[in-house]
Amino acid sequence: MADAVAAPVPTGRSAGGWLATVARQRELSLVAIMVVLGALVSLAAPQFLTLSNIQQVAVLASITAIAAVGQSIVIITRNIDLSVEATIGLTAYCVAIVLEQHLLAGPGAIVVGIGIGLVLGMVNGFVVTVLRVPSIVATLGTLSIFRGVDFLIAGSHQVPLAGLPPGFTDPARDSILGIPIFVIVVIVVVVIASVVLRSSRFGRQVYAVGSNPEAAAVLGIRSRLVVFAAFAACGMLAGLAGVMWVIEFGTINGTSATGVVLAVVAAAVVGGVNIFGGSGTVVGAAIGAMFLGFISNALILVGLSQFWLQAIYGVVILAAVSVDTIILRRIQRTLTAERRAR
Amino acid sequence: MTAQTASAPRRSWTRALARWETVLLIALIGLILLGNALSPFFLTTNNFSNLLSALMEVAIMALPMTLIVIAGEIDLSVESMAGLASAVLGFLWAAGVPLEIAIPAVLVMGVVGGLLNGLLVARGGLPSLVVTLGTLALFRGLALIVLGPRGISDFPDWFTALGFGRVPGTDIPWPFVIFLGLALVLGIVLHRTWIGRHVYAIGKNAGAARYSGVRVTRVRVGLFVLASLIAAVAGIILTSRLSTARADVGQGMTLTVVTVVLLGGVNIFGGSGTIPGVVLAVLVVAVMQNALRLASVSVEVQSIALGLLLILSVVIPSFAHQATSAIDRVRGGRPPPVDSLGHGEAATS
Repeated sequence: MADAVAAPVPTGRSAGGWLATVARQRELSLVAIMVVLGALVSLAAPQFLTLSNIQQVAVLASITAIAAVGQSIVIITRNIDLSVEATIGLTAYCVAIVLEQHLLAGPGAIVVGIGIGLVLGMVNGFVVTVLRVPSIVATLGTLSIFRGVDFLIAGSHQVPLAGLPPGFTDPARDSILGIPIFVIVVIVVVVIASVVLRSSRFGRQVYAVGSNPEAAAVLGIRSRLVVFAAFAACGMLAGLAGVMWVIEFGTINGTSATGVVLAVVAAAVVGGVNIFGGSGTVVGAAIGAMFLGFISNALILVGLSQFWLQAIYGVVILAAVSVDTIILRRIQRTLTAERRAR
Repeated sequence: MTAQTASAPRRSWTRALARWETVLLIALIGLILLGNALSPFFLTTNNFSNLLSALMEVAIMALPMTLIVIAGEIDLSVESMAGLASAVLGFLWAAGVPLEIAIPAVLVMGVVGGLLNGLLVARGGLPSLVVTLGTLALFRGLALIVLGPRGISDFPDWFTALGFGRVPGTDIPWPFVIFLGLALVLGIVLHRTWIGRHVYAIGKNAGAARYSGVRVTRVRVGLFVLASLIAAVAGIILTSRLSTARADVGQGMTLTVVTVVLLGGVNIFGGSGTIPGVVLAVLVVAVMQNALRLASVSVEVQSIALGLLLILSVVIPSFAHQATSAIDRVRGGRPPPVDSLGHGEAATS
């Protein structure tokens, strides 16, 4: 890890030729692969490309996509948040228990859920920026702590579907003009996050801090504040994902969402977010989540057992990171050659 | 915190006190006293062997992980390799292969898995965090493909005795003997041989290490192979202790392994850390879990304590470092080198 600190992907138009273009169009490449794969799979399983199946896949991947958007913001600042799954689980349980005890109505519980996520994200941000604990250690610690608190509150209690107010879980199945509500939520979140990252002062600072912390400090960017905000945003989105988890699954206990962090980080990596920070887009992360969901659905329809899923996930992650590295090296080589030629 | 820190004779006692190993030792003694106050059964040998054997797979995997983290890398895939080892062992046994052949075959598979990680990281130049995230999924997937949801449990007695049994005449569980033996070997290799010096050099500055003739690629591949091989051993021990081979054993263990390593004072950015520190951290975690269990705190809630301990293990040394440099400034002295306290360079970025 130590010597592999990645150079930021250059943004100059000439740099790297067509390969750089492909690198910058990770989102398009993923969509292209999905289309080709979809055509192939639908030959074997015609129900793959039906509207209802696509809707179902997209809804299932939505929760991962929302969490992956938050995770990407953190990864772009050269940090990582391993605690997202515990944040999702804890938020989901709190929302479910608040509803079961009739403490709040549906909308109130949703606001509380997102608020809890925000607070947990701020706890991460505090540990990383104020206590100065490296993010991988800090969030490994808060992963244990948040999950422990979840168990502490939940015990062996499980909130059943019947404990939720009638109609609360409907949004997981409803759609507007054929687009599932969950997917609309993802689109709204991705659009807001993209605009903020691309066009706002904060967004540019996120990339600056991630691609070169020293230079960012020289420029007068308050990097600790930026990193804190990134963790807060990540927690808030994980809180939203927790609310969606309740709506999607209905039955919630202290172990809900265990192991989800793998899919979330995988979605970001497959979506082209550089694990060493400084580059990547939230659109890519969301499409990465959809891509993983699409693949798992295709596998099941083709008749492979569920057991193949994990192995294929692994291969996809390895392939994505290999492609990234090969492209990055080509770009660097081309850049060096150009510099020599001048 | 590094073994080779040549400290000035002046203030050597504060240095010794500031060593993380000392802090761990004090914590360990404190926890033992606390446990003794909680229950009269705490200081019995039977209780100690119980508390140790529950943590041994994690402890064994933490030893090679220590070397990997010191070299500036990480291996998240160890828990899945343990699961794959269990699954393949069960599959071979169920297919009629005698254990005398199945166990070596599983170990060879561990080496192959480690080669995959090591070559992708060291030769391919890929980030180990992502590569081993990939193989974390891949190895677990292969385990599920091999064994499916089955559990294989008709192993012979001598095999299950490996995980359950005690050294004859004592209350010491066999896995603890394996752990201590491995800790001794890896401790000597890390702290007393050129291999160890190369591991530290790579973790401090891989580029500089390469220019000074360290075979960086070879050492890195070797470390990943070692970690994977030991993970396979841990998978075999786990299978023996549970008397069942399953594809899903060991799930979530990597987190505890990494927690123990970091609690042991190993710097997550590489370059510093010691085997004695990690051994002490294993004991601290084992005693803490047991004390909490005697205080009837549930296993799940214990994870809160583990998480707090992990964060404090970074916060305390860095505050101690700030305090000592403040004292130095007041006295007009020179601040101690940052890396003498390990996590000193903990940064926001």
